[in-house]
Amino acid sequence: MTNYLLRRSAFLLVSFLIAMVAIFVLLRLLPGDPSNALLSVTATPEQIAAAQAQVGADRPVFEQFLTWFAQLTRLDLGESFISSLPVWPEIAARLAVTVPLTLMAFALALVISLVAGFVAAVKADRWYGILISGISQLGVAVPVFWVGILLVSVFSVGLRWLPSSGFPRDDWADPSDALRSLTLPVITVALVMSASLTRYVRSATLDVVGSDYLRSARAQGSGYTEALWRHGLRNGAVPIISILGIELATTFLGAVVVESVFGLPGLGSMLLKAIEQHDYPNIQGVLFVSTLVVLVIGFAADVAQRLVDPRLRVSISGNR
Amino acid sequence: MSAVLIASTDVARARRHRSWTLLSGLVLVGTVVLVALISLVWLPYAPADTTGTRLEAPSGTHWLGTDKLGRDLATQLMIGARIALVVGLGSVVIGAILGITIGLTAAFAASWLDDTISAALDVVIAFPVLLLAMLIVAAQGASLGSVIVAIGLAMSAVVARLTRVLTKRVLGEQFVTAARTSGTRWPGIVVRHILPNIWPTLSVNLALQFGVAVLAEASLSYLGLGAPPPNASWGRLLQEAQGTVITAPVGAIAPGIALIMLVIGVNFIADGLRDVADPARKGSR
Repeated sequence: MTNYLLRRSAFLLVSFLIAMVAIFVLLRLLPGDPSNALLSVTATPEQIAAAQAQVGADRPVFEQFLTWFAQLTRLDLGESFISSLPVWPEIAARLAVTVPLTLMAFALALVISLVAGFVAAVKADRWYGILISGISQLGVAVPVFWVGILLVSVFSVGLRWLPSSGFPRDDWADPSDALRSLTLPVITVALVMSASLTRYVRSATLDVVGSDYLRSARAQGSGYTEALWRHGLRNGAVPIISILGIELATTFLGAVVVESVFGLPGLGSMLLKAIEQHDYPNIQGVLFVSTLVVLVIGFAADVAQRLVDPRLRVSISGNR
Repeated sequence: MSAVLIASTDVARARRHRSWTLLSGLVLVGTVVLVALISLVWLPYAPADTTGTRLEAPSGTHWLGTDKLGRDLATQLMIGARIALVVGLGSVVIGAILGITIGLTAAFAASWLDDTISAALDVVIAFPVLLLAMLIVAAQGASLGSVIVAIGLAMSAVVARLTRVLTKRVLGEQFVTAARTSGTRWPGIVVRHILPNIWPTLSVNLALQFGVAVLAEASLSYLGLGAPPPNASWGRLLQEAQGTVITAPVGAIAPGIALIMLVIGVNFIADGLRDVADPARKGSR
């Protein structure tokens, strides 16, 4: 296990480095100069040179990368080209919206899908079992922002129960206000996420229910519920945990999209604005944090999977 | 599921279920393809023309009504079908060519190269399609081409990993050893033994990826990172109709339904193909 942890951590580190280089290189090598963000169409050559010097684009790409990387190691993400404000506090402020949104949506999706997936598998021949399977099949084809649009039109514009967009100006100063703003976004993301999760839970449950070990346990006189609880849970959890990592990362990105439906000041809207303004430090900062989140989640899921399934611990290969 | 009798009726039911999914998938996707083909030769109106008053309700002259600029919605929706299919096909072609090449290379390569490629693929896969697409669009500017390239690149990693695993499995088969012993060269083995054997599973995955690509394009367009205006992508139609969802609900509903039809259609086809690819797979799991 220690060996595995070391290898997996090394992999995490290397993949993160590769991702950072890729982000930097893609942004610099593709057409478009970072200094364009500061200039009007009619800029004089002197203005262009000054802008390039200001953002450091006049130096060789490799040198720019080293500067950026040195900053990163000090957890300094630089300053915005546009507002000259440091990137890191801005990201931290926006994580206060995106992280609660992601976690609440994920928790809700998990509850929905565990119940729905289990029912759909165990009651596969009942009408409601079939209905759940059908809805989850439909759900994976639905774009998340569309669900958001529909929910807003019904619950905010139509019934006026909840705010349609925005977030309290004073953030979490009044938690109930903040939660009200997050309710519809959370439900939106959770509904869409639970569709695919339900399918995984259903198929894992079907595997467990049809398994030989469960039949053996039953034959030895164990009750159905007891057999499911003692043998089924641990076996069924293995494939689910590895999926959960991917799904949590997807939830995070779903949140990024849904933020623009509901006008939430989260990481997603920051990225979109930065892309629009060619604000490279902000783009890099958001992608740095998102990549880190996604990779760490993957790491945690892999380790958790090993802890649950002793069979996997024997294999030492770094990439499964 | 202990009795043989039960098992065999299960299989029969599963098979009937499969042919039903394949058929409905073909109908759904076929409808969208048909609409897209018709849009190439005939449209109700010129897409950019204001042909009615703002936000008209559906009528004989405007089947789905008009948008907030008075343009015909049915026309926009038909063009959207074309864009969705072009993005889906384009990115699947890019993803398949790149992915299969990389996957085959990794499977045949020396172990250090295989490990390196696999690790690199894991990094790209950990980086979700949408984020990668945003990055490429951020650097290159929003255009239909950037979107297709971005989604195709992200997809290629998934395809490459699958190709590598499938190829390794086939390489371990005795018929490959037999072919090698009888003097078949590697290119011959790839064309005659590996590709035909991995294609069934691969094509199911590619069909699913098509749906993922269509959804990713819709999200990008919705966020304003997709193909710029004259291209009426379904995602952008939804974004434009969002503000008027109560006064003109059709505009916000029709593109969504079109999207779902296409994506669920390809998912159904993938499900149906899976049965052809792997008849031993039982039940509708």
